Amino acid sequence: MIRKERRGDRIMTAMSLRWALQVAVLAIIFSSASRAEDRSILTVSKQEFQAKLEYCKTCHGLSGQGYRGYYPMPRLAGQQPEYLENQLRAFIERRRTNPVMFNVAHALSPAMVAALAAHFKALNPNPIGGEPKESLALGKTIYELGLPESNIPACSACHGPDAKGHGEIPRLAGQLFPYTVQELTNWSKERGETAAAVMMPTSHNLTPSQIAAVAAYVSTLK
Amino acid sequence: MKFITKIAILAIVSFTSSPLLADDPLPFRNCTWCHGTLAQGFMTAPRLAGQRDQYIENQILTFSSHIRDDPYAKQYMWRAVANLSPETAHELAAYFSALPPKAAADGKRDLIALGKAIYEQGIPESNVVSCLVCHGPNAEGIRKIPRLGGLSYSYLKRRLDQWGEGFDAAAEPMPQIARNLSPDEIEALASYLSFVEYDNFD
Repeated sequence: MIRKERRGDRIMTAMSLRWALQVAVLAIIFSSASRAEDRSILTVSKQEFQAKLEYCKTCHGLSGQGYRGYYPMPRLAGQQPEYLENQLRAFIERRRTNPVMFNVAHALSPAMVAALAAHFKALNPNPIGGEPKESLALGKTIYELGLPESNIPACSACHGPDAKGHGEIPRLAGQLFPYTVQELTNWSKERGETAAAVMMPTSHNLTPSQIAAVAAYVSTLK
Repeated sequence: MKFITKIAILAIVSFTSSPLLADDPLPFRNCTWCHGTLAQGFMTAPRLAGQRDQYIENQILTFSSHIRDDPYAKQYMWRAVANLSPETAHELAAYFSALPPKAAADGKRDLIALGKAIYEQGIPESNVVSCLVCHGPNAEGIRKIPRLGGLSYSYLKRRLDQWGEGFDAAAEPMPQIARNLSPDEIEALASYLSFVEYDNFD
């Protein structure tokens, strides 16, 4: 005999369904919370990513090649992702002084940072150019051999013979001349205590004309 | 009108209206008709005094090549620059950039603080970049990037609105920036900038 469905049955079913739904929602929330730790592009919406990307490129160039505004905005194309992520964190924690980038970095989630860094790594436009040409040979010598008498190590030893960097060591190839000059000149003021302990004495020991020479040289590298 | 007055007017007009007199090598008067005798701007024509020379020269190029296509550009500037040689454009740019600028100061005063904040920091949450990094801490510009400080509120507002509407699309990155700005933010920026005066005119 077919059991007659009682109203009570349906209420019980509805309640257990609601309970199951609530548990499922909680499970999804908790699992996506742990997924946020996973720095994959899947946790960043495509729309949000495109908007942020356009935002970065407004200053740093449509191909990440950099831009000479009133201040030089450095090349991001081909940059080491670990370096980019470290710098963005340094801006937030004010270990690197830059009021504009402090605000920019604050609005970026870790997943967004990872996605942006991966995107810029893959870009490869030509260097923006515009550097002075007089001391390129001197710059090449300093870059490849250093200046032992001034306690300046060869840049190539860490930044690579092709200046493409590695891991947390940044790419210098194609970097804007005025930006490199600015960083080397103001290192202790702007960047102070960083993981790159060698950069403090190195930048300090370089004379202005040596800075200009090596900055011009690396800006020509593809 | 008395006869002598008519003659006087005729004389004045004929002496001041011809750009090709041998003793008037630079035809800047053709510009000052609209842009004001001291090039401070007049009505819809923006101030040219104190503007970056490279910017003026570049704008003349975008007018003559019709790349800059906003309505007033089309109506007035395309024809105004049509017969300018590159050398004359260069000299006009140098002439106007050397004139001391005066701030229009015609924006809304109560929006200055907000406009200044947007100018200096941008709005990271809505992907609006800081204007300062390109246009300078005093909105003074550099090289081809224009001086914005002291330009009239209505002109600045119009330019930002027009980029948002799709005019002058070649002026990267301004179209993208303008698209991300809300009408209130545009008004605040234009207001703030109209009051920015010059400490050291260079």
